[in-house]
Parts: sequence; C-alpha cells; structure tokens
Amino acid sequence: MAREAAVPPAGEANPNEFQRPRPTTGNLVVKCPKCKEILLAREWEKNQKVCLRCNYHFKLTAQERIKLLVDPESFVEIDANMVSADPLKFVKSTKDEVQTYPDKLQEEMKKSGLNEAVISGHALIESMPLALAIMDFRFLGASMGSVVGEKITRTIELGLARKIPVLVASASGGARMHEGTFALMQMAKTAAALAKLGDAGIPYFSLLTDPTTGGVTASFAMLGDVTLAEPGALIGFAGPRVIEQFMHIKLPEGTVNSEFVLQHGMIDAIIHRSKLRTTLARLLRMYAAEARPWTRGSRALQVAKQIEGNDGLRPGI
Amino acid sequence: MAYDLEFEKPLAELEKKIATLQKKGDRLKPEEHRQIQDLERELRRRTEEIYRDLTSWQTVQIARHKDRPHSLDYLHMICDDFFELCGDRAYSDDHAILGGLSQIDGETLMFVCHQKGRTMKDKQYYNNGMPHPEGFRKAGRLMLQAEKFGLPVVTLIDTQGAFPALEDEERGQAEAIASNLYLMSRLRVPTLGIVIGEGGSGGALALGVTDRILIMEFAIYTVTSPESAASIIWRSTSFAQQAADAMRIGGRELKTLGLVDDIIPEPLGGAHHNPRLAAETLKATIQKNLAELKQIPLDELLEMRYQKYRSIGHFAWADEAPQT
Repeated sequence: MAREAAVPPAGEANPNEFQRPRPTTGNLVVKCPKCKEILLAREWEKNQKVCLRCNYHFKLTAQERIKLLVDPESFVEIDANMVSADPLKFVKSTKDEVQTYPDKLQEEMKKSGLNEAVISGHALIESMPLALAIMDFRFLGASMGSVVGEKITRTIELGLARKIPVLVASASGGARMHEGTFALMQMAKTAAALAKLGDAGIPYFSLLTDPTTGGVTASFAMLGDVTLAEPGALIGFAGPRVIEQFMHIKLPEGTVNSEFVLQHGMIDAIIHRSKLRTTLARLLRMYAAEARPWTRGSRALQVAKQIEGNDGLRPGI
Repeated sequence: MAYDLEFEKPLAELEKKIATLQKKGDRLKPEEHRQIQDLERELRRRTEEIYRDLTSWQTVQIARHKDRPHSLDYLHMICDDFFELCGDRAYSDDHAILGGLSQIDGETLMFVCHQKGRTMKDKQYYNNGMPHPEGFRKAGRLMLQAEKFGLPVVTLIDTQGAFPALEDEERGQAEAIASNLYLMSRLRVPTLGIVIGEGGSGGALALGVTDRILIMEFAIYTVTSPESAASIIWRSTSFAQQAADAMRIGGRELKTLGLVDDIIPEPLGGAHHNPRLAAETLKATIQKNLAELKQIPLDELLEMRYQKYRSIGHFAWADEAPQT
C-alpha cells in the first residue's frame, strides 16, 4: 500500500497538548483543532470524525473504532470485566489532597464508561476472522498497566489458539506510573507473546493511532509484521514534550508523527481512516488466504505442529 | 570512604569525630584510643541501623552515587579476560552499551552492559549510560552471536533510560527496544540479568528479559525515573521523592513484590564502600546462577522464561461489564 495521496502535509495542530475528546452528542458544530474550521457535527460524524477541510483525524473511542473496522455485529468482546488491582498500594499525596490508585481508577471509569484502557475480542473483516485489541485514550491516557498488558497478551494468545491473525490498534501515553515496575514488565510480556505468535507463522498487524508513545511504542506497537498509522498521529518513544524538556530545544510543530516515522522507515504505510477497513481486508487476504507448503521445515512450521489440531501445513484460518 | 548523602549525616559526624582524634597520631592518650574504638563501634551500629530500612528514595541516592562501581569496574575485577565487540553493523558504535566475550575461571560468556561515566569526559563518552538505537542493536547482535556459539549471556543493567533526542526517534529508538524484548524472550541460551545501579525504563528492560533477573541490594528498577514519574503524576519534578516511594523501586521492595528473583547483598554502606567485596559477591552470584541455569534443558528453560514474564501483573474482575 503506497502513501495515500490525499494526506495533507505533516502535522497535528499542537502536538504538545493532547486534546480532550469533545462531547459529540448535543453539539451542533465542532471546531477542528488543526485548521480551526467550524464543522457541522452531523457531517463530521458521517465523515468518520475526519475534518472535511484539512483531513485532521480526531481521536476515536474504542467502540467507534471497532464499528469502523469490522463487519457489523461480528465483534465479540472477551475479558470485558477485567479491572486493575493495586499491587503497589499507590498513593499520590500532596499538601492538599491524598489520592489512591483505586480512587483514580474509579474516577476514570466514571468519566469514560470503560473498565480499562483496552477493549479486546474477536471479529470478522469481510468475513475473515481476526483477534483484535483496541486501545481507548479516554481511560487514563490509555496507559499500559497490568490489565492492558494482560488483555493484549490474551488477544495474542487467542490468535495463537484459533490460528487467526491479530490486530492491535494502539493509542497510549506510555506505561502506567501507578503500577511502577509491574507496568514496565508488561512490555516484556506482550513482546514475548508476539514472539510466540511469530514463531507460529501467524500474522500480526499493528495500527498506530493518535497518540502512540512510550512503553507501548517500545513493545507491541513497533513489532507488527505490517505496521500502519493514521495520518498526523503523534508517534514516538519519547514524545515531543520530553524531547524538548530533555534536550532544551524547541521542535517545529508535528515533528514526531506518522509522516516522520514513515519517512524514517519505521512503518509500512499511512492509511486514511476511510480506507482502513479495506486495507486490513486486503492484508488479511494476502497474508492468510491459502496453505503455503514452502513453510515446511521452517521455524514457523515446527511451532505450528506443536499447536493442537494443526495439519502441519500452516496455521489455517 | 566518606558518608556524604543527606540521610547519612549522623554517620558523617561520627566519622569526623574519629578522624579528628586519629589526627593526633602518637600523641593519643589511652582513653582516647578507647574513645575511637567506641566511636567506631557506634558508627558501625548506626550504619547498620540506617541501612536496614532504607526508603526507595534513599536507595535511589545510593544507586546514583558518584563513586558507585559501574559495569567496566566490575568487568575489570571479575573477568580473567575480556574482548570488547563493537558496532551494530548498520550505523555506528554506541558507547553507552558495552559488550564482549569474557572468560571467568576458564568459562566463556557474553557480557552486555550499560556503561556510565564518572568524570565529565567519561560521562560524555559513554553518554552517561543512555543508549541510542544503535546501542540496543549492538546488544541484539551480540546476543544473537552468543546464541550461535552457545554462550550464556550476562547483562549488567545501569541506565536512567534510553536517550530521548530527536535523532534517536529518527533511528527508531522504540523499534530497537521492542526488537530486543522480542529477541531476548526466546534466545536459545541461558541468560542472566543483573541490575547493578539504576534500572530505568525501556532502556533497562531492553537488556532485561532474562531467565533470571537479580538486583543488587541498593539498586533500583523502575518504569521511569522518579523525576519523570513525578512530572507526569504530580505535574512537578520536585515530587521525585514521593514518586520513588510510591512506586516502590528499591531492590528489597522489588524482591518482596516478586518482580526480581533475588537480591545480591552489598557491603555495608553500599558497593562504593568496598567495590572489591561487591565484585567478589557479584562474581560468585553469576557463577552460581549460570551453573544452575545450564542444568535446565533448553526447551524447558525457554518455556520457563516465557511463563516468568507471562505471569507478571495483578488484576481483578469486576462484577459486570459496563454498558457499551
């Protein structure tokens, strides 16, 4: 897939600030944070929350993205009730307030209506099955703690068990400080699960959305067999604010984004939101359509043989 | 070695008293001799007392102590021979990661370490132990070579984290770290990771997906430096102390949490008070652990490694799913 011609030049309006998701119901108009155009909410939603004038891709909730990507009614959620524990008994204390991690979680649940920062399950795209996990930035900046790590690992294991491709749509501020070193270790956990998936010869697609940074970028987000990104998404390890603080420099707007990582060879393609589903369908068809006898004897096959119920040819769909 | 940290003030005072008395040399009266002995006993008692229950923040200060031995100091003290292997064969050689073949008591193994500097010049040369992508790729290359020749891999972890400059983003810092996690999770040789000072963020974990992960008593292992955690959660780096204590990042606490396999004891007052003793303990620990790991059949070892990381994390179940 080549770069989309319609993609405007690099840049999000202000990469230094994450925009709060705007209320979408009740508002007749929304303002594009990039080009400041006033958009009719109805038309904007019909356009999959992409600015009609400058192509700015607004953040989507996990539910919206699932609706966008998969066949209607095909999504089945797993592990919906998994919630965070508090292994460190983390307390944020300042002079005026004391806030425990469970308090913070309650607050985030109420605000977002979600149990955690990722929704996972399985679905069909053009009738082809896949396991998928979609991150939702509204929940505590979609930071990765034990639950995010566990749900993504289980999604990968679902792909492994059913021999179906895996898709993770990332959006994250990085690791979750409230879980300290437990959060860090989720990077190892997800990467190790992907190594198993890779050994079994099952494709893994990574979709990067705005913003993908920190420990998420440095683990499963950057390990895709195919890595796609939405236009203008903030994508990086450190993120512009950290780079500016640490290096004492001022970065031009929209430096560390989809266009930047594509230019530097870190991803395969930038795909406009309207083309995402068809693109994924094409990939599913090409990566997972028929038996490939030449994988006989490869590392992939040896692992595939160990997986129960495999005919030894290739992990079937 | 002087006690110079904030919480060591009472120790420094005792030390000063002893030093003043000792300055008298031959002119010491017999009762002053006794006084010195008493003071020394007192110093030892107080040091043990203070070091018995350090907070995470105090551990951070010891882990960052300017005189704390770095990887190269340990390699000098524990290896009979060491041949450094350089470069990632793609772009450059990163000095923040140092690796190579070494021989200890007739056994060959591959060391991959972070290296910090002590003097201004060294700090610049080693980039203060903060690797670029090429450093992680060099580490990956060395580990693959170890796999090729069946050599066990030992990593010494000591970094604040990966270097966050724009150039590093251009060369794929995140991808370089992620690839190492992927690679190490199924490297077909025994691997041993040891946090000797600061284990910071993805830059530390990129050398840390090992069969066993050990930590020195006064080292730390954290998702990000206390300063950046403070700036994220408290919105100010001045809360670094609270952040360190809340995240429970000291070696002993990590052992209690089950995040590390074992603690390597340090000399009283920290490794910098007796580097040679610290190195001896380190050497013995490496040899003991590698001997144990080598006993385990490779496939079993790899499955154990997978399960080790697979099982990290705490979660609960809510009564019902939210209405979506």
